[in-house]
Amino acid sequence: MSRFVPVVIVLTGIVVLWYGAAIALNAKWTYDQAERAGRSVGLAELVADTMAQERPVLPAPHQIAAVLWDSTAGQKVTSKKSLVYHGWVTMQATLTGFALGTLIGVAMAMGIVRYRVLDMSLMPWAIISQTVPIVAIAPMIVVLSNKIGLGEAVGMENRLVSKAIIAAYLSYFPVLVGMIKGLRSPEQAQLDLLTTYNATEAQAFRKLRLPASVPYLFASLKVAIAAALVGAIVGELPTGAIEGLGARMLVASQFGQPMMMWAALFAAAVLAGILILVVGQVQQVVDRRMGARP
Amino acid sequence: MKDTAGGATPVIAARGVGLTFQTADGPVTALTGVDLTIHRGEFVSFIGPSGCGKTTFLRAVAALEEPTEGTLTVNGMAPDMARRARAYGYVFQAAGLYPWRTIARNIRLPLEIMGFPAAEQEARTERVLKLVELEGFGNKFPWQLSGGMQQRASIARALAFDADILLMDEPFGALDEIVRDRLNEELLNLWASTGKTTLFVTHSIPEAVYLSTRIVVMSPRPGRVTDVIDSPLPRERPLHIRDSREFIEIAARVRDGLRAGHGDEV
Repeated sequence: MSRFVPVVIVLTGIVVLWYGAAIALNAKWTYDQAERAGRSVGLAELVADTMAQERPVLPAPHQIAAVLWDSTAGQKVTSKKSLVYHGWVTMQATLTGFALGTLIGVAMAMGIVRYRVLDMSLMPWAIISQTVPIVAIAPMIVVLSNKIGLGEAVGMENRLVSKAIIAAYLSYFPVLVGMIKGLRSPEQAQLDLLTTYNATEAQAFRKLRLPASVPYLFASLKVAIAAALVGAIVGELPTGAIEGLGARMLVASQFGQPMMMWAALFAAAVLAGILILVVGQVQQVVDRRMGARP
Repeated sequence: MKDTAGGATPVIAARGVGLTFQTADGPVTALTGVDLTIHRGEFVSFIGPSGCGKTTFLRAVAALEEPTEGTLTVNGMAPDMARRARAYGYVFQAAGLYPWRTIARNIRLPLEIMGFPAAEQEARTERVLKLVELEGFGNKFPWQLSGGMQQRASIARALAFDADILLMDEPFGALDEIVRDRLNEELLNLWASTGKTTLFVTHSIPEAVYLSTRIVVMSPRPGRVTDVIDSPLPRERPLHIRDSREFIEIAARVRDGLRAGHGDEV
């Protein structure tokens, strides 16, 4: 129980600040309206009005909560108005990209740890790849993968494939860095011991380097899955996509519906939380199997 | 130096062995002019201060380092050939058990790598667990065992594939004295029952005198052998033998050797 107390305190603080900010930011509109109507506004009226505007600069938490409720529980999950539906679309791209990114990251790390030449040739490019803003290359990835029909080639929707590639682009890097560190984590004495058994390099990799890298891998996966979600959402922004949380945010901002935008934002945050939680659960199971101290 | 028995091929034969490391600050001579012959069944301790090359010599025997001078043979072969013939088991100062493997699976590690059939792996693991008195701990993970038990498991691991030679690099160096005494006693029993040739690196004079049939005293800068002492102690050695006059005399000689080799630094 005491675990929740600090969380609740912080949450309460945020909500209070938020309401304050909502009043401050939305007041201008209220004053403008009142001035146009030629009347003055009292404090009570000001507070009430800033909480109930249709297109506020900053919606109040309860307004967002209402929209969130309506667009999840209030809709069929297959409806285009349902955030569950849009979340599902985004999650598919996230998980596909996450799987791809993890695969690429692990494979690259294995190559880099094994071959010095790859360390020198690949690593700089991997770092440079992360300095390029993702919003700059996302449209190119979408156009290119559509053009060459990558989706049909692997038997998936083009839209999903391009989003997954963008998600993979963001998520492979933390896996790469973590796995390099993990695969290099065994001490010299442990490698010497294997040498005294005449172990081959493949055996040393399978029996020592790989299991030793598991804790590093999971630390990376938690970062990577959040990055993959960001990638999937960014991938939905410039593509004229009509489905997915990113598309929902874009449409809402274009049509001036801040509540819808914030609701999509919150849905994305909740989705990220769930995904990280799932990775954490898998880690616990693996840890227990690998004899970690409870 | 001195051959204690003629005839059979010596287990270890070192002639003028030297080893120089090339470092950024220039060459460092870790070992020079080591002549030593070790025969089957001997228990030889290497004692000396840090930097005297005792660990380097052990690593050279295990083909983890290559001598830059002289010749070194193990069972009449080059050290790396002997390694391929599974001539020795190596015990490091840190037990070095894999935390993700149970004790039994840690002991199986060399057996898996060497490709023993599964049933034999099982049988051998059982046997060596009994040998080091760790029956019933096979399914525990390393963190569930004390430091002394972990080191026993690491000895079991080195014994599992039946190497003739046991190379031990300060295996009890990180343990407290009470545990150390007990493990010394157990190691002697183990040595008596298996007859394995043992090379044992240590910092401790009582440990060296208690365990060894021969004590090699070494000194640093450059690492070299300054004295080789044949122990007159009987093979059967209860712990209280350490209060005997002979024991104290050998210990004194070892101490003198260490002091002489160290010049006036001590």
